Amino acid sequence: MLDPIDRALIHATQAGLPLTVRPYHTLAVQLGINADEVIQRLQNMLDNGIIRRIGAIPNHYALGYQANGMTVWDVDDDLIDELGLCCGVLDFVSHCYQRPRHCPEWPYNLFVMVHGKNRNEVEQKTAQIAALLGVHCRQHQILYSNRILKKTGLRLT
Amino acid sequence: MIDNNDRAIINHLQGGFPLCERPYQVVAEHLGLTETEVLQRLQNLLDKKILSRFGPMYHAEKLGGGLTLAALKVPPARFDQVMAMVNAFPEVAHNYQREHELNMWFVLATETPQRILAVIAEIEQQTGLKVYNLPKEREYFIGLKWEV
Repeated sequence: MLDPIDRALIHATQAGLPLTVRPYHTLAVQLGINADEVIQRLQNMLDNGIIRRIGAIPNHYALGYQANGMTVWDVDDDLIDELGLCCGVLDFVSHCYQRPRHCPEWPYNLFVMVHGKNRNEVEQKTAQIAALLGVHCRQHQILYSNRILKKTGLRLT
Repeated sequence: MIDNNDRAIINHLQGGFPLCERPYQVVAEHLGLTETEVLQRLQNLLDKKILSRFGPMYHAEKLGGGLTLAALKVPPARFDQVMAMVNAFPEVAHNYQREHELNMWFVLATETPQRILAVIAEIEQQTGLKVYNLPKEREYFIGLKWEV
């Protein structure tokens, strides 16, 4: 699916897009192809979902969202897709995933990452999720992060 | 620290970026700025780490690698020792301390999906702790847009 030129393009853009007037041309020169081909390959990767989007990723700590709560929920398995999609559309949720339980110690199957300016805000938002899930959720917890121990980002390919 | 033009750039650039010869010029016209100004402001936002990244966001699994979230219950007295062991694995992309009995949460990213279980076994062997492997089974949403 990905050929060596795609892989080279992924490597060249892992750290970011060049901040030059003609960024795709800059990449083209690095890769020894032309700018139209760079654009076409990026478009293909967008079309098939290998690239989610091209854009800016804010550092939410710098924007004042200091509190980060990983909220975990024990919800009905047969309704989880519907419930997950309901949580995913909330405007304070950055990630929403189904993950396996490890019973009995870890009964949670739905993970919803909630961001707020402080813990009080995270708790209010978590209460909104709890209201949304209603009787379909048996129990939940908020796990706050208190320290980043490592952050190198994903190494791709 | 950031002004309204910075905010406009941050908000606008979370929605996608043009694939054309002079994409920064297109963004500049949309925002009523000059191309040079957009480029300078973007550089400044990246330098000050207000933006953590600008460019294509790749979908790790679709690139053929393995990815999982894993957690450990680390006895507090051993926390720093275990942290050093876990962080030494190049496959550990992120690692967070969280306030819970499961107090260490890390993302493993490997070249192949098969390699995930091998790395988990190595971490269990080195630390003597059980690794809770929590791979994503379904994704309902990723990528909140941060309005500023």
